[in-house]
Amino acid sequence: MTEAEIRNQIFDILHRIAPEGDLDRLDPNENLREALDIDSFDFLNVLVGIHEKLGVNVPEADYRQVLTLRGMMEYVNKHRKNS
Amino acid sequence: MPSLGADMEAGKLTTWKIKPGDRVKRGDIVAEVETEKADIDVEIFATGIVQELLVQPGEKVPVGTVLATIREDGEAAAAPPPPAAPASERMRISPIAKKLAAELSVDITTLHGTGSGGAITREDVERAAAAKPIEKPAAAPSDFQTGMRRAIAAAMARSNREIPHYYLETEIDMHRALEWLQAENLKRTIKDRLLPAVLLIRAVTCALKDIPELNGYWINDHLEIRKSVNVGFAISLRQGGLITPAILNADEKNVDQLMAALSDLVARAREGHLRSSEISEGTITITNLGDLGVETVYGVIYPPQVGLVGFGRIQERPWASNGMLGVRPVLTATLAGDHRATDGRRGAQFLQALDRYLQEPEKL
Repeated sequence: MTEAEIRNQIFDILHRIAPEGDLDRLDPNENLREALDIDSFDFLNVLVGIHEKLGVNVPEADYRQVLTLRGMMEYVNKHRKNS
Repeated sequence: MPSLGADMEAGKLTTWKIKPGDRVKRGDIVAEVETEKADIDVEIFATGIVQELLVQPGEKVPVGTVLATIREDGEAAAAPPPPAAPASERMRISPIAKKLAAELSVDITTLHGTGSGGAITREDVERAAAAKPIEKPAAAPSDFQTGMRRAIAAAMARSNREIPHYYLETEIDMHRALEWLQAENLKRTIKDRLLPAVLLIRAVTCALKDIPELNGYWINDHLEIRKSVNVGFAISLRQGGLITPAILNADEKNVDQLMAALSDLVARAREGHLRSSEISEGTITITNLGDLGVETVYGVIYPPQVGLVGFGRIQERPWASNGMLGVRPVLTATLAGDHRATDGRRGAQFLQALDRYLQEPEKL
């Protein structure tokens, strides 16, 4: 899967959680939860989506690495390659 | 029309899910009602046969209006109504009732008098006026006056007007609870992962068993303690506003069942598909603003409940224990209590119990 495909999948997941969010204008280094007003329930649903669509499980200890779009893409990219 | 919130005065029936002749049982969803906050599925609390639907879809009626009649099991079929008095007969109505009917625009020819000899009384007129559909207000709402904000404003204003609040707060060391949670989540798939909020809810239900006076309603100048713990949980809506549906019988659920119930409730609240019992039967409310970085919550009790528990964010703070200074994840928990129902001592005992349960998360 290319980086663009991973990004599109993540956007698809985020769009389902925060349909009113302007994802194309999202700063890749901005905290996703603040930018899209995502609470802990929504965030868990994002991670469930990442697991189901991209096959990557994010344990609680790694939550801090996936708080931004850039962090999330890098994490998914790294763990898809390692799996 | 059920009361689906302390602030609710009227609701619009949008859909009937039953028709005359249908058999219904307690708990069945029979209608959908639109309120200022959400569309709610209305449950029935009787078992029997639907006789007549009295309100039509699209009609907005005050809380308390009879929506339909049900012949409950064991009841005889209704007797046919008495023949209407001929129109030429002089209407028996008291002068005060006649004057009131004119003021309230009530058509007295449609009333059945309950006074002596069938006379129409003041009370008959007042009842009819209360049952009239409410007309849509003509004034255009400002940005502030959306239906949701109006509903919240009415409820909170009533709470501050009627409830003498007292406030208590305590700091809770969450390191044992979070360590336990992390270990438990390693054993679970991501879909079954538990959130810290669930531990807080479970601890609240346990503490309420110790201090039951915080689980109930203040009605008619006295406290009615409820046996079941139906925990209302404040949920923000993506389109703005807040709703606090309840997890019914939360005290009977373990942490996994609470997580499933809470996830389901949050999803349905945001989709606008809550049940009437979830809206009207909360016995205490929790508001958790930790996600937004708030440290301390001073909540406003939702009448007729008598307590509200607030949780702020879990953050690392210096913590002295056994003469040693360390850093611990700490949470500020607050209790807003109705001083008519409880006093500070009982409130303090509740917070003490809450802390105690969170120090032994394996027992939750």
